[in-house]
Amino acid sequence: MNEMEIPTVADLVAKGERPDVLFWVGCAGSYDDRYKNVTKAFVKILNKVKINFAVLGPEETCTGDPARRAGNEFLFQMQAMANIQVLDGYEIKKIVTACPHCFNTLKNEYPELGGNYEVVHHSQFLQELINEGKVELKGGGEFKGKKITYHDSCFLGRANDVYSAPREVLEALDAELVEMKRCRTKGLCCGAGGAQMFKDAEAGDKEINIERTEEALATNADTIAVACPFCMTMMSDGVKNKEKEESVKVKDLAELIAEHEGL
Amino acid sequence: MQYLPQIIFLVVAGFFGFLILKRIKQISDNIKLGKAANLSDNKSERLRIMLLVAFGQKKMFKRPIPAFLHLLIYLGFILINIEVLEIVIDGFFGTHRIFAPYLGTFYTFLINFFEVLALGVLISCVFFLIRRNILRVGRFHKVEMKGWPTLDANLILIIEILLMVAILGMNGADQVLQTRGVDHYTVTGIFSISASMFPFLNFVDTSNLILIERGAWWFHIVGIFAFALYVTHSKHLHIFMAFPNTYYGRLIPKGQMINMEEITNEVKIMLGMPVEGEATPPPEGMKFGAKDVNDLSWKNLMDAYACTECGRCTSECPANLTGKKLSPRKIMMDTRDRLEEVGKNGLEDGKSLLGDYITKEEINACTNCNACTEACPININPLDIILQTRRYVAMEESGSPASWNAMFQNIETNFAPWKFGAQDRFNWANELKEEQ
Repeated sequence: MNEMEIPTVADLVAKGERPDVLFWVGCAGSYDDRYKNVTKAFVKILNKVKINFAVLGPEETCTGDPARRAGNEFLFQMQAMANIQVLDGYEIKKIVTACPHCFNTLKNEYPELGGNYEVVHHSQFLQELINEGKVELKGGGEFKGKKITYHDSCFLGRANDVYSAPREVLEALDAELVEMKRCRTKGLCCGAGGAQMFKDAEAGDKEINIERTEEALATNADTIAVACPFCMTMMSDGVKNKEKEESVKVKDLAELIAEHEGL
Repeated sequence: MQYLPQIIFLVVAGFFGFLILKRIKQISDNIKLGKAANLSDNKSERLRIMLLVAFGQKKMFKRPIPAFLHLLIYLGFILINIEVLEIVIDGFFGTHRIFAPYLGTFYTFLINFFEVLALGVLISCVFFLIRRNILRVGRFHKVEMKGWPTLDANLILIIEILLMVAILGMNGADQVLQTRGVDHYTVTGIFSISASMFPFLNFVDTSNLILIERGAWWFHIVGIFAFALYVTHSKHLHIFMAFPNTYYGRLIPKGQMINMEEITNEVKIMLGMPVEGEATPPPEGMKFGAKDVNDLSWKNLMDAYACTECGRCTSECPANLTGKKLSPRKIMMDTRDRLEEVGKNGLEDGKSLLGDYITKEEINACTNCNACTEACPININPLDIILQTRRYVAMEESGSPASWNAMFQNIETNFAPWKFGAQDRFNWANELKEEQ
């Protein structure tokens, strides 16, 4: 196998080149042990289909989303302006990210601060690759006859109306896609949005991720597919709490595709 | 004495008309306490959404059974008003069924049609009372519904039932009087629903029958005037507010937070970036975020008056579903209750929306998942109010939860919300290369 290419934009620019698309890794994708695997899986796919991509590497910083949602508008705008300076400095036109929170912020909230880019979520990017035949899923294989349920990320679904792309990616795997009772526009949150990821929940009689995990387990799916780092953490914790981690896997879309491709 | 009923009618109509106009002025003044927000763009798109969501009730049909019953009441409300127009004209001019001679058999058809609608309204209201009080649908019995909100809901349904009984009773008595050839009672043909009352009404003598007919007529029209006034003080105001509320709703993606432009200039100065135009410091005494109703936009306040407390938002809220104190419906009710209080006592009464009505525990529990805004049949946005109050807590009070303050600090120092070093951000790439 060829050497894995993970160019930074700075590398490319030094060589007088530019990436067609910037992969915005996000903080979870960079630091979270579980989600780093998603980053790696996505980079493997990008390499396999020879996408001219790059990452910001050490130059990437938090989009500011958690600060903004927790009320700290100053900090959000500081982060956003600094990021826009970097992105514009490199004349970035198109961004793909595996984090719906980064996706929402870059796509919807940066334009008002002067940052205008074409932003896609990796589920949309993967769907495009499949539709264009760049990623060919032969069907059969290890997913044949397996049940997968998809947990909608709120920041992808309701916040941005992306419901079909992740489902089409899963359907291409030839697995049986089973829906939870609350799905699409009625999907139940994993409990981590709106900066909840960064604090304990308020007093109540149940954790939200347990409620959601119970619903996912009720589908009897072998795999709970997610498309968001926070959903990944919350659903994985939920499955562990229910002591089902041996029989039920929580996987990101990119991981499922990479596995299927033997990457 | 011949003109006495007309005079009484004029006085009653004037009395309620005056009070209703006064109340509309009060509501409009209260909404104007909100901050400016320019929502006059994209008129055709706004009109389209209003027609679809408010007039067409599109979002109601996510729950088909209540949607159907609600539709019957809605159609009844709109169409029976044509008959109310006749009643008002009769009241002013001392006529009786003034449209009948002009419309002939079409009049008979119309009244028959209205009677079917009236029966539909009546049956729906009975169903709704059963759902609320006997089947006890969960969302109607949350803590914020204790007391007045529950009474308000039941009163609305009972008043509507009484008004429909009056209209049917009036028509029933009228028809028997027609058969007896009593003066003034124009012959109209049979009204099928109220005709079912003949077996009872036939036994009543003419003078008592006139009493029933007139009594029902007066009860119905005075009831409608009084109900119209009541509506302006009640959650039932949604029948009017749904229209402007959907018209002025958000056109941007649900995930997008409204930008605070007043901060943008300061941030640019701090980062040494060029500032467009004259760099003006924020005005003296400007607050960041919302502490009280006047810190919210007028649209947030309009939302509060439009809410009919159906609780679909709360029943889909992940925080509320898992026993947290947050209820998006309560956010809207609190905003309206505080706004009403401010309208009466002014802003300087030592109270505020955040603190005296909405607590930090509630706003902190929100996951920004937009289930509430998606669920609302008339596009009310409780999330926007939650986010603005969070801004006040974070930027004016530095009162966010300790772990959020730690997260802010991490972003400031490591450029990531977790306590990882910025130099380690790209480690995953080396790991991947080694794994290969």
